[in-house]
Parts: sequence; structure tokens; C-alpha cells
Amino acid sequence: MRFVDEFRDADKAKALLAEIGTVAAKAADRMGRPANIMEVCGGHTHSIFRYGIGDLLPKSIELVHGPGCPVCVLPMGRVDDCVAIAEQPGVIFATFGDAMRVPGSKKSLLQAKAEGSDIRMVYSPLDALALARANPDREVVFFGLGFETTMPSTAMTVLQAAADGTKNFSLICNHITIIPTMKAILDDPGLQLDGFLGPGHVTMVIGLEPYEFIGATYNKPVVIAGFEPLDVLQSVWMVMQQLSQGRAVIENQYGRIVPKGGNPVARDAITRVFELRDFFEWRGLGSIEHSGVKMRAAYAQFDAERRFSVPDVKVADPEACQCGDVLKGIIKPRQCRVFGTACTPETPLGALMVSSEGACAAYYQYGPRAGDEPEKANAA
Amino acid sequence: MSLSGDKSAPTTRRKRDAIHLQRVTLAHGGGGKAMRDLVDDVFVSVFDNPDLAPLEDQARFALSALATHGDRLAFTSDSFVVDPLEFPGGDIGKLAICGTVNDLAVGGAKPLYLSCSVIIEEGTELALLRRVAASMARTAAEAGVKVVTGDTKVVTRGACDKLFINTAGIGVIRTGLDLGCHRAEPGDLVIVNGLLGDHGAAILGARGDLALSSPIESDCAPLNGLIDGLIAACPETKFLRDATRGGVATVVNEIAEASQVGIELIDDATPIREEVRGFCEILGLDPLYLANEGRIVAVVPAAAGERALAALKSHRYGQGAVVIGQVTRGPPGRVTMQTRFGGKRVVDMLIGEQLPRIC
Amino acid sequence: MCLGIPGQIVAITDASRGLATVDVAGVKREISVAFVRNADEAVEQLIGAWVLVHVGFAMSRIDEDEAAETLKILSELGEVAQETEAMRASGRA
Ligand code: SF4
Repeated sequence: MRFVDEFRDADKAKALLAEIGTVAAKAADRMGRPANIMEVCGGHTHSIFRYGIGDLLPKSIELVHGPGCPVCVLPMGRVDDCVAIAEQPGVIFATFGDAMRVPGSKKSLLQAKAEGSDIRMVYSPLDALALARANPDREVVFFGLGFETTMPSTAMTVLQAAADGTKNFSLICNHITIIPTMKAILDDPGLQLDGFLGPGHVTMVIGLEPYEFIGATYNKPVVIAGFEPLDVLQSVWMVMQQLSQGRAVIENQYGRIVPKGGNPVARDAITRVFELRDFFEWRGLGSIEHSGVKMRAAYAQFDAERRFSVPDVKVADPEACQCGDVLKGIIKPRQCRVFGTACTPETPLGALMVSSEGACAAYYQYGPRAGDEPEKANAA
Repeated sequence: MSLSGDKSAPTTRRKRDAIHLQRVTLAHGGGGKAMRDLVDDVFVSVFDNPDLAPLEDQARFALSALATHGDRLAFTSDSFVVDPLEFPGGDIGKLAICGTVNDLAVGGAKPLYLSCSVIIEEGTELALLRRVAASMARTAAEAGVKVVTGDTKVVTRGACDKLFINTAGIGVIRTGLDLGCHRAEPGDLVIVNGLLGDHGAAILGARGDLALSSPIESDCAPLNGLIDGLIAACPETKFLRDATRGGVATVVNEIAEASQVGIELIDDATPIREEVRGFCEILGLDPLYLANEGRIVAVVPAAAGERALAALKSHRYGQGAVVIGQVTRGPPGRVTMQTRFGGKRVVDMLIGEQLPRIC
Repeated sequence: MCLGIPGQIVAITDASRGLATVDVAGVKREISVAFVRNADEAVEQLIGAWVLVHVGFAMSRIDEDEAAETLKILSELGEVAQETEAMRASGRA
């Protein structure tokens, strides 16, 4: 596949790993301890596990898996609201596949479906709009979630519904924003992060400028990274170079996809339809200022929260759950007291176990287990 | 089944009689003449064979004839509920024959006799039933098996999804052959007979709700001939299983578990069609977990590897045969994959169904 | 987060709504190109372009020069690594 296979080349990866080894040694000299790099985005977590990248890196680089899986950070109360809407008679509830398994306080969408709610899996919000057109006597509600990458698509779908005069389509908006969240992480006192792999696909929409404060104010390097294994390795190398030279700026490894200025047309669609919420609740991270968006009053008729009565009850995360500490990189998934016991992908307690992008699910599925032979010593 | 409880009595049906007859009605399941007509017309006519013709309540076989093929009976049953009923590369009828034939064949049995029970939703088109029955007959002929008994039920609208088929099968295991999930030992090779994931991708694509179009066809095929050839050339074959639901990843996990060994797969060696890769990239699925209907996983001793591959490749359903991994001493029950950078990851059993991801 | 896949636009299916067919390794799907079309060019100009597809929308046009540049850097790294390796080997000899 073009623009995919080229970036999975094993020889180039070996060369990169050798370079990373050299730079990491320099950085370690400078810092006197291993470097903690957070990949903000669940897509990176996925690539890192899928290609076994973590084990290939020198010991002096520690990858910390960040909060960037919009499915994982959905709080239970929001899932409950979705279930409540889906259970109303006459509703077709359309959702991306991976959101179906997220546990609510009583059930997931998958369970609601089994109990008879009409819940359909779609690939695109446009498919949900098509469902509305094909079923004029039903109410079609789309479960909008995701970061700025996905936001323009749902915004455009709402704009299309408005232009077509579609009356039976609405959106339950759970979109979240990345920058306030990174800021919340940076402000956490318990945190020890030295740099970031930035979310490539979010940045193709928002552009590089919003990240500048991270270098300027917090003195941490950020490299916007692609998702193929070579992209991830090259980005790690770029972060390590900054660390070894004592620099902290925003750099772009993913230039083929991410233009400096992002995508202004997409941003325009976002601002037409959505506005910032004062606060949005994240599973594991709590309430973060300006970290979510809601629909503007002008599009009230497409806003499922206004059209349907939803419980809108905050549900606290289960007590045993340590997702927050994992999300902030304070503990590794395996260190959570319920990892692999009360919390497994089959019966997820915390959200990080739900989607295969979630750090805990990735550890569970791809990582070594207790009883395994000790991990191989690193090449570098 | 209660006929008087027919809730969907067609008060609003405006179709004329001529069209009416093109669809199955509850009368066809009533046990009377209408049912006999349906069974005769649609099924008996295509499965035509001397064991079926008497239409007794059971098929009867001479034990002595069975015993000429081996010393043990194999008996299996499987139900087929695929949506859509017809898809690129096959249909529910072909699937129903192949599934049961393959389940017998991977046990080292020669598949001989199949049953065919159908549950039909009222309103299903007769033309569809005829196509499915013809497809079953064609596949049975290719596999060299006979459909010797069966059953037909018609249920009210909504009680089933158009057509469900159950097939059971009897085969005879050749004397001396002992294939088993527990027999894998470190050093053994893990072989598949061709490209992986075609069936799963073809079905997902044919369902239409993801609006993806692709030239991917199901790999659905009866594999008894292929397996005959493999066992003849490589009698030391230890284990065979068809990699249906849950895909190859699930089968190798089952082997690792049952034999208490590790298995290491090689990323670059797993044969996956470009279109299936594209399909999986779009939806965020892992092709190793996609269903196959014409693929087996074979475990053979390393020394017999070349012979096994050659035997598989000489058959039309095995031309893409390759070694995808090796049994190791690794932690018992653990399947890992060697990624192309020398990285390693665990390939676990699937939890639930694979759902398309956005993220 | 945010699964995105490169694909090539092969046809325009509805110019007024900005819908096009994208091809990903032989698999085709209708997507919206509303976010990647320039206001001053005909939508047909997009045929042949490579885009990044996310949930049924083209979100970015792939910059082929940038892609080549990234690969070039990686190849050069490879050469440097090989030379270093060779130097080490000859130093040892
Ligand atoms: S193991 Fe479960 S509860 Fe613990 S951090 Fe992971 S997802 Fe949360």
C-alpha cells in the first residue's frame, strides 16, 4: 500500500534504532536519568504494541501511554445518556464500532442492543445521515465522539442535515479537545514527562501553532508524529535529539499529512457548529476546563441532548480503578491493582481496558505476562 | 410450531397469486402436500441419490461398507446463519456443505454422508432457495459426499432471518491416523494453505452497511481433497484445523493451549491479500482474526515441512501454502508474533467480536 | 486515536455535495472531499490525488514531496549507520 508500506521498512528501522541509541546515550548523560516520552495518542500506543517498538528502544527511553483514546476517556455518565436515548422507542442509534463496548454504569451499548434497542454500527457520520434519510419515520441519533480529527466530519454532517432540511437526525456530542487536556497533564504535580509525541491526525486539523506554549512555557519538546512504525521511531529520535541538545520546540515529523497551518476549512466547520463547554468530564482524569465542545444554539434541533431527555448524571469511576494514574503516566497499566483480575478486556472496569487503543487493553493483549521469560536485554 | 399463532397473517399483502407462489408460505411447513412439493421440488431433485430417494425418516448405511474406509466414525454438526445469504465467492448453501465436510476432513476422516436441515422464514423467495439448494448439490458433488437426510421447517416472519441451515456429517477415519490439538511439539512448523481473511472481509463487505466495495471473494471451499493429498504425502502430520470464526490467530492459540507450547508467528510470512489489508486498515481490524472458510492450519514436524508444502501446493486449494510460524518452548499457551523489525508482540485470543474502530 | 488511512481519489460521484470514490488498496468507498477541495478549482481536479481518509472524509491531501523527503532522511540515516558500522568493523580489524 502506498504511503504505508514504505514506512514499515525494516532496514530503515534498524538504522533509526541505531541512531536513537546514540542520541539516547547523549541525552541520558545530559539528564542523568531515563527520558519519559508520552505518546498522547492511542493510535501511537497501538502501533507501538503492534510492531513491538517498546522492546526495541534503549532502556534509557521510557514510553508513557497518554490519554489520547476518545473512546477510553468517555465517562460512564455519558454512556448512560447514550443508552437512555438508544432505548427510546423509534430511535435508531448510530455509532462507531469501538464505542459499543464502553461500559456505562449499568450497561454498554452492546448490551442495550442485545436487549432490543436498534443500535447500528456505522463507519462514517455520513452513513448515519443516510440512515435518517432512508428511515424518515424514525429518529436517528449519531454518537459523535473523538478529538479534533473527527469533529469536522460530524460538524459537516450536521451542516449537510441542515442544508437538506433533514428533521429526524441529531447528534449526541461527546467531542473533546486535545490542547486543554495536554495542559492539564502538564500541570499535574505528580508528573515526570520529558517530551511528547504529538497526535498526527489531530494536528492535520488544528496545525502546529497551538502546541507552541509547551516548549515556550513548559520547556518540553513536542514532535508531531505519524502512525507507521518508522514514523514513530523517527519521532522518538527527534524528541531525543532535542533532549540531548537541550532544545524544546514543536517539530513536525509527519509533514506528508500535516501542513503547518492545519486544515482551515475543517476548523471553520467546527466553529460553525460547535462551541467550547466550560468543563468536560473525562474518565480517569476528572473534569477539565474547556476540554469538550457542545452544539451551538443555532443547531439546537440537531442536538440530541436538547431533543431527548437524558439522565445526565455524573457517575464516579469505580473505586478500585486507577485509570487516572495510568493516563497521567504515574503507574504502568500492570501496576493497577485490578489489572488482569477484576479488570480484563472481557469485563472492563476502567475505560483503558475497553478499546484496543487503551493502554491497559494494549498491555493485556500484546504485552508480556507474569511467568514469561524475562524480556530480552536491549540491543543498544 | 403453531400455525394458528401466525401473527403475521398477511392482511396487508397486496401481491397477486402468481407472485405469491414465488415465496415460501407457512403452508410449506405444514407437513402436508405443499411441504412435500417444496421438499421434492427444491431439495430432493438436486440432491438426487439412492440413499435419499426412499425418504424414510432416517438414512441407513451398511456398516461393512463404512468399515472399508477406516476404523472409526467421525460425526459432526454445524449451523449456518450467514448474512447476507449470497456473497462474492459463495452462499449459505456452499458454506453449509464446506463447513461440515471440512470439520470431518480436519479430523482425518473421509466425509461420506451429510444431513441438511433448513429453517425457512415465511416469505423467502423460492428462487433463492433453489439457488442455495443447487449450490449445495454442486459443492457436495465436488466434495464427493452425499446429502442423505434432511428436514424442512417454515417459521413465521421475524422468527428467523430468511434461511438457517444445519448440516451434520458422518465420515470414517482412516486406520492408524491420530490428529490432535495436543500433539504440537517445539520445532514443529505451522502451515496454512493460502491467503488469510478473504471470507471475513468478503462477508463484511457484502453486508453493505459499511459501504465498502472490493473485489474480495470468500475462500469457501471443500478441503477434503487437499487434506487427503497432505496426509498421503505427510502421514506424520500432527494436527489440522479449519480456521473459521476467530481466524488463524484463534486456532494457533488453541494449539498452544492444548499442547502447552509456545507458538511464534512470523509477521512477514502471513499471507494476506492487498485488498484484505486495505479493508482491515480502513476499519482498524486485524486480518489474523478474520474468518476463513477454505483455510486450514496444519502442524507438521519440521523434517516433513517441504513435503507437506509440496503436497498442499499441488492442489488447487493449496497453491498459496506457506509456513507462518513455528512451535517453540516459549511460555505454554502463548502465541507471539515476530514483527519485521525484530520486535515481538503477543497474539491473544479474541475477546468477543472484532468491531471496526475509529481510533 | 483517529485512525486515518491514505487512499487515492479515483472518481467524483456527486460534485455538488463534494462526494468522491476513494481507493484504498483496491477497496473502494464513497467519501466527502469537502475539506480538501480548493474553492477555486473544479472538484474533478482531485482525481488522482492521494488523501488521508478518516471516518468517511478526506482530511488532508498527501504531500508526496514531503513523503519522499522523510524517506530520504531515513535512507541517509541508514547509510550513516552502515558507514559507522563499517568504520567500527575496520577499526577492529
Ligand atoms: S487495569 Fe482497568 S481499572 Fe486499572 S487502570 Fe487499567 S483500565 Fe483502569
